This record gives sequence, C-alpha cells and structure tokens, in this order.
Amino acid sequence: MISMKEVSKTYLMGDTEVKALDKVNFSVEKGEFVAIVGPSGSGKSTLMNMLGCLDVPDSGEYFLDGIDINNSSDRELARIRNHKIGFVFQNFNLLSKLNALENVEVPLMYKGMSAKQSRKLAYEYLEKVGLKDREKHTPKELSGGQQQRVAIARALACNPQIILADEPTGALDQKTGQEIIAMLKELNQNGQTIILITHDTHIAQQVNRQVNIIDGQISDEPRWNH
Amino acid sequence: MKFLRTITLAFKNIRTNKLRSSLTMLGLIIGISSVIILVGIGTGTSRDITSKVSSLGTNILTVSVNTDKALKLDDMNKIAQLPGVELAAPFINVNATVSKGTTTAGMVSVVGIDENYLGIRNYTLSTGRSISFIDVDNKSKVCVIGTEVSQSLFNNTNPVGQILKIAGDNYTVIGLLQAQGSSMGTNADSTVLLPITTAKYISGSSDIKTLFIKANNESSVNFAKLATENYLRTTLDASSDNMRVTTQQSMLDTMQSIQNTLILLLAGIASISLIVGGIGVMNVMLVSVTERTKEIGVRKSLGAKRSDILVQFLIEALVLCLFGGTLGILAGIGLGTAANAFGYTFAYSLNVVALAFGFAVLVGLVFGIFPAYRASCLNPIDALRQD
Ligand SMILES: Nc1ncnc2c1ncn2[C@@H]1O[C@H](COP(=O)(O)OP(=O)(O)OP(=O)(O)O)[C@@H](O)[C@H]1O
Ligand SMILES: [Mg+2]
Repeated sequence: MISMKEVSKTYLMGDTEVKALDKVNFSVEKGEFVAIVGPSGSGKSTLMNMLGCLDVPDSGEYFLDGIDINNSSDRELARIRNHKIGFVFQNFNLLSKLNALENVEVPLMYKGMSAKQSRKLAYEYLEKVGLKDREKHTPKELSGGQQQRVAIARALACNPQIILADEPTGALDQKTGQEIIAMLKELNQNGQTIILITHDTHIAQQVNRQVNIIDGQISDEPRWNH
Repeated sequence: MKFLRTITLAFKNIRTNKLRSSLTMLGLIIGISSVIILVGIGTGTSRDITSKVSSLGTNILTVSVNTDKALKLDDMNKIAQLPGVELAAPFINVNATVSKGTTTAGMVSVVGIDENYLGIRNYTLSTGRSISFIDVDNKSKVCVIGTEVSQSLFNNTNPVGQILKIAGDNYTVIGLLQAQGSSMGTNADSTVLLPITTAKYISGSSDIKTLFIKANNESSVNFAKLATENYLRTTLDASSDNMRVTTQQSMLDTMQSIQNTLILLLAGIASISLIVGGIGVMNVMLVSVTERTKEIGVRKSLGAKRSDILVQFLIEALVLCLFGGTLGILAGIGLGTAANAFGYTFAYSLNVVALAFGFAVLVGLVFGIFPAYRASCLNPIDALRQD
C-alpha cells in the first residue's frame, strides 16, 4: 500500500545540511502495524510527515495506494490526507474552540458530508472510543487520554486506509498510554493499517513489525509475529 | 452545508475575541454611519432647496439691474408686452421698522410690490385680500403680512383689519400670507408687503432694481429672457455687467452642481474613514491568522484544501464587516433622524443604504482577502509545528 524508494529530505540549518532522511526505502502492506523507533532527531517525524503527505521529499519516489505523491497537486494532496490518512499527534492537536463531537466532524466536513450525516457518524466514532457522554466537552474539559481518544475518533472518521500516529503516548502517563496502544492494537486486529512512532521499545515490541531509523537511515527488523 | 458551518465558526471566533471584534467593528460603524449621515444630510438639504426653488415655478425669471438709469413702474407694462412674457412684477426692498404699540417685529423685510407679484411667486393668502392695482394707484397705506410677523405682533389673532406701524405711519393689514418657508434668500413668512408706490414713498427712491417675470410657459423661458435682456439694453443702456436675468432652471442647475460637489466631497471624507475601518479589519484578520497558524495546520492535516481555508477566513472578515455594516447603517439612520430634530434635513434613500452595505461587503472582501490568502498558503507542516 505504501512504497517509498530512495526518499531523501535535507534541511539546511545555517551552513550545515541535515539529512533528515537519507535514501529511505520503505514499504507497508495493508493490515500491518508498524512501529518506527529511533533516537531523537533521527528523522522519524520527518518520515511520518512525508508518509502523511504533509511534506514532500527532495528526491525519491513515494506511491500511496498506487498514487504518485510527488506528482500530485496541492488539491489532490489535501484530498489524500482527507480520504486516506488519519493522523494522531503527540499533542493531540484538537481544535480548542470546538467540542469533542465537532472536532470529529471536521474531516467529515472537508469530505463534503452533510451536517446531519457527519454528526451521526462522529457520534458513532466517539462511542467507539468510549466517549459518547463527552460529546459536548471542549478539549480543555477533557483529560489527556480522553483528548487522544477524541483524536483517534477524528483520525478514524473518514475511514482512512492508514493511521499515522506520531508518539501518541508521549504526553500521557504509562497507564493511559497503554490504553491508547491497546485501542490501536484493537483497530489493527480489525484490519486497520497503522504506523506508530514511539520511543518506547516496550510498546514497539507489542506490534508485528518494528523499523529502526538512525540518522535518517532505515534498518528493517525481521517481522515480529505477535 | 460546509458554508453554513463556516459561518457558525466565524461567529464563534468573533465571539471569543469580543473586545477585539467590537473595536474593529467600531471603525466600520463609524465609517458606514458617517457615510449615511453626511450623504443623507447633503441630499436632504439639497432636495429641500431644490423643492423650494422649483415650487416657485420653472417659468419664473428674476431680473436685477444696477444701471444708472432705473426702471420705472411704466416699464413693467412694457416688459409684460414682450414676446414670451406673461407677467412682470417689480420688487423693492425698504428699510423700515414694523411695530405695533410697544412691540417691534424683528428681522422683518418690508417689500414694495404690485398686484402681479403674489401670482408670480405662487404665494397664497390664508385670509384677507391681496394688494390690488387700486392700492398701487392710490398709494394706499395697506399691507399684507407673513405668518411670523403676524405671530409676533398679533399673537395668533386674526390680523386682518388691524393697524400696525411701518416707519412711523399707520397701515391697515388687509391680508395674511400662508406659511411658505424660506426660499432664495427671501422668507415670505417674515415679510410685510406694501403697494410699490407706498414703498417708494417711504424709501424716497423710485428706482426699481429687481423684478420678477413670469414666462408664458416653460418653453418660452429662454425667449422671454432674451427679450427682457434686449429691452433692458435698449431702454437702460444695460450691459451684461450690470444686468442679470436668471431663470429658475439655471439657478437650479447651479445649485444642484454645487450641491453634488458638496455631497461627493462629504461622501469622500466619509469613505476615507470607511477605508480606515477596512484596514482595521485587515489588521485584525492578519493577527487572527498568525494566532491560528496551528489551527490552520491541523485543518490542513485533516484534509482542508487551500480554498477551504481561504473561504473560512474570508467569511470571518465578511461576517465582521456585515455585522459592523448593519450596525453602522442603523446608527447612521438613527443619528440622521435625530439630526432632523435639530433642524437638519436628513434624507436616506434605499440606494445609499444599499450602497453602504455593498461597500461594507467590499471592504470585507478587499481587506479580508489578503490575510485569508496568506492563511491558505501556509505550508501544513510549518503551520503544525507552530505553537
Ligand atoms: N523544519 C526543519 N528545519 C530544519 N531542520 C529540521 C526541520 N525539521 C526537522 N529538522 C531536522 O531533521 C532531523 C530529523 O528531525 P525529526 O523531527 O524527524 O526527528 P525525530 O526523529 O522525530 O525526533 P524526536 O524523536 O525528537 O521527535 C533533526 O535533526 C531536525 O533538527
Ligand atoms: Mg518527532
């Protein structure tokens, strides 16, 4: 489903070039749960942003679901982000003025769904993540774990091909983080493809494939069957 | 549907920054309301003057001469015989005080006229009779007075048949004019009209410097004008330097062009404040875009297209402007109507209101588009990284 060939990304910091990604070859099949681990600054987030079509590579090829991302227009990329990708961020990134239900509705609105339909669907997803009684709460009125669950509901709302989670447990305590991971694992068991970035090797070991990234270079580990 | 929710969202954002939004709107309110008030007072006054001028009749000519030879009463008949002319009436101003007992009427103009004058100027009487040719022939000591004079001297009692003093002599009031309002520098309501022969006697001069002419009809006005000018040239050796024959139409035209310039000027001044208001909107929208960079990044990561972001911010600017514009229109009409109570004539037309509203929308679009465009162009990853 995902296929990256020789993807590089270089940032210029003053005079020095930082190779955030260095000729990365990476592919993901449907239904996989991939954990990307690596030290800080190794290029995990850069890779994730690239996978999520938020950023474009300097060189190399990226095909998502058969679509050549390098040759897609701004508009097409927006559509891909909306239809095919669900993001879960470390710091949740909920819209603070909207309540939980409205937050889940945002991607549905951009998809062009009617208000009535999107409301119904958003409610279903909130229910799925166990927050049906918190629909009217704004992010401020929710705990970190609850916010992340809203974010997961939002990521799922458009029924994406792939969930990209960049350190989704980074801002949560051990127990809450584990609940989020459990939720992601359950989604994966129902067929959802997930790519997860984490520092936590314990978490990384719970999934069926682990990818190490160091200094922008990937070393694939043998698949781990759970 | 997306549109409706975007509007709801815009209201939400405007409400979360109440103070900032109200201050921005204040700029627009001042701008829009001043356009409406200034243009309203301008057109109101202009309409007022125009209606007064045209109520005199568009077939009236005013003649004033300042020649060595003066017009005599005999000339009136001769001028009335000129082609295109129906009637001619002399008009002389007399310096005299008007009183009754110990009461003196202030600011009264005493005017000598003949029997044709009232007809030419379209004045009507509410009671009594007008000055007749017999009064003129006999130099009768009679007068017709305006409502203000009547009020100050006779206290709303019927003045007809009563006596008042003009320049020390007793005069009998024979008629009372209907209230006319002021026009063309003369206020009929504060006038005392005498037979011209009597007036000449008071003033000691027999020169007629002003006269009113009524043309047969509107189309013969210019003809009558030429004939009169010609007559004055031959009988008085008048030249264009010391003679002026003005038609109501030319007067109207001049006035209208002056007024239009004035209104345009007022509208211009008011528009500047509107533009300043617009810059305020732009400023606030730019701040809003900067503040909400992260939100824009999140929205883009969720699939918002550039156009979605553009429309979102544009609608926010528009809602701000429409809101401010509506309040401005209400304030303008309210204050304008209040100004009526202070003697201004304020007139608002649907056109001006619609124009002001349209202008508010335009301001919203023009000054909102740049911030909105900037927001839409943000790179999603850079926007997301912002705190
Ligand atoms: N916008 C940018 N401008 C300049 N350099 C950047 C930019 N984004 C990332 N980098 C650099 O690219 C490298 C990879 O960054 P990246 O954010 O991908 O690391 P990471 O693996 O996600 O780290 P962490 O675990 O701390 O989140 C870093 O050295 C970083 O300094
Ligand atoms: Mg990172």
